[in-house]
Amino acid sequence: MIDALVLTILMTSVPLILAATGELVVERSGVLNLGLEGMMLMGAVSAFALTYVSGSLLVGLLAGIMSGCLTAAIFGFFVLGLATNQVATGLALTIFGTGLSGLIGSDFVGKAIEGLPTVFPETLSNMPFIGVFFALDAIAYLSIFISFLVWIFLFKSKYGLILRACGISHNSAHSLGYKVLTVRWCSILFGGMMAGLAGAYLPLMLTPHWSEGMTSGRGWIALALVVFASWMPSRIVYGAILFGAITIMQLAGQARGWTIPPQFLSSLPYIATIFVLVLISSKGTAKYLAPSDLTRPFISSK
Amino acid sequence: MFYLTPRKEISLFFTISIPVISILLTIIFGFFIFSVLGFEPGKALYHFFISPLSRLDKIADLFVKACPLMIIGTGLVFCFRANIWNIGAEGQLIMGAVFAGGLALSFSETQSVWLLPSMAIFSFIGGALWALLPALLKIKLRTNEILVTLMLTYVASLFLDWLVRGPWRSPTSFGFPLTQYYPDVGLISKIYFPGIGNISQLHWGVLIAILICLLCWFAMEKTVFGFKIKLIGDSPQALRFSGFNESKTTITLFIISGGLAGLAGMIEVSANIGQLQPNISFGYGFTAIIVAFLARLNPAAVIISGLLIALIEVGGDSAQIALAIPKVVTGVFKGILLFFLLAGETLTKFEIGFNYHQKSSLND
Repeated sequence: MIDALVLTILMTSVPLILAATGELVVERSGVLNLGLEGMMLMGAVSAFALTYVSGSLLVGLLAGIMSGCLTAAIFGFFVLGLATNQVATGLALTIFGTGLSGLIGSDFVGKAIEGLPTVFPETLSNMPFIGVFFALDAIAYLSIFISFLVWIFLFKSKYGLILRACGISHNSAHSLGYKVLTVRWCSILFGGMMAGLAGAYLPLMLTPHWSEGMTSGRGWIALALVVFASWMPSRIVYGAILFGAITIMQLAGQARGWTIPPQFLSSLPYIATIFVLVLISSKGTAKYLAPSDLTRPFISSK
Repeated sequence: MFYLTPRKEISLFFTISIPVISILLTIIFGFFIFSVLGFEPGKALYHFFISPLSRLDKIADLFVKACPLMIIGTGLVFCFRANIWNIGAEGQLIMGAVFAGGLALSFSETQSVWLLPSMAIFSFIGGALWALLPALLKIKLRTNEILVTLMLTYVASLFLDWLVRGPWRSPTSFGFPLTQYYPDVGLISKIYFPGIGNISQLHWGVLIAILICLLCWFAMEKTVFGFKIKLIGDSPQALRFSGFNESKTTITLFIISGGLAGLAGMIEVSANIGQLQPNISFGYGFTAIIVAFLARLNPAAVIISGLLIALIEVGGDSAQIALAIPKVVTGVFKGILLFFLLAGETLTKFEIGFNYHQKSSLND
């Protein structure tokens, strides 16, 4: 019983880890992409549709990643190419992605596919206490691995330093001869791929069907999570599990007839995020943690 | 690749032509999308853009749908002009409706004509209070208002959900998450035209919305307050040197935009629903952001842009009924329209030059 609960919590946190880690890289490079929800939905619908048509999960996963990347490219074209306002463009992307995914997916509502298999044999996952950690699918393990790689990249490599420099002061990075727009393009596309993968995880693993708007606010939670983690990859993993636990506790609590209103539990991640925002602001450290050129478009004159 | 050079002056031609061109491009895109999806594009576009304008009662519905968009949009114009990103109007709308609803439900037996004006004031206070938190955090701690307003939207929506399922649920709702009906004096009546009667759902709130937009236009264009707001957006440094209190203005702008969103929530409920339920807004707070941009951040133009966006919404309904086109297509239209508008914004501010030879060095 507890095992099942822990397993669900871990699985709920996987898309959050993926999407938030991607967004973290984007924000570290100085761009805020509020279109996470839209990119995730595009990833989800493409992954489901192609898995259903081709019968291959791998094709579905790749389709999800690709369409997340393509949706992000629309965003990149506007905010980098045309230096449009990032907040408004991100919202446009979410509105657009939600609509288009619903339109594409309208033929696939009510159809079912086989989900992703688990990685380890049952003898391992049936072990008491620790078995649950062997009961997950490949993407779940991958998400932790990616998060680790992102940490290495951002804080232990030269390119990570350049990326963070673009986020903190694009003018300084530019004067030093780094290609701010190229760095931001790469980050946005990476963020899109991660969001697409996160979206693909929903119909391929969590609920093996497609329904309109099936991310149900996960994109926004992932955005909150980036702030909650104060732009640190490892904290995203803890945070995602915490947020996942809150979501699942609320469902489990409802089933057991808890007296705490479920809406109160649901609102906890959002309240916690505001709290963290306040905390990092009041310590005066916010300017060191949040990329200071976040949402500022970079325009290089001729 | 291309590069951007700031323009010295912003021409009137661009100001007017950009929204028009954006709408035309969106329609052309719509034509493509419908063709690709196998709907007859001509017919689909007719149901989307012409059919809602074909009869008087349908036009009235357009105004009803545009009403909350106008009120919220005009408030957001102030914020956006001053580079303040309140994107939580949806939550402020909900809190406005909750405050007004609380008043109406506590005086459910009253006959007093003062109930409705009090509800309007309460809703303004409710929305403004919900916007005050991000405002205070922004000026005191420099907390990012985009994230806080967004988070608070979800909290507000869950709060309303809890109220209507829990303490405020009507004992006669058969377990449905609905409150009691408001007393009659707490409802906004439909406009009665002598000789014609009511036209569909057209109510007095629509008139209020238009008046608010005009009033805001006056405040923006003809008062010192409006002048300051425009200056914050255009040249914040100049203002700071002239010893101007930025915090005070930030708070004022949050109160105006939040309060107006709250008022929109109260009008929406009192005119169309008559009681509180889990969903009282269909993303009006977010859609109003597009409305504000379509109006090119001009409060009077919000009246027209509100009607245009309402046309897309109502058109989506009519296309769904007539041709079984999924309603979500309205989202695609709204998204594309906003993309074009934002690109247009860049065109007015910058000259775009192309460079074929040294593509990397100039672009980066």
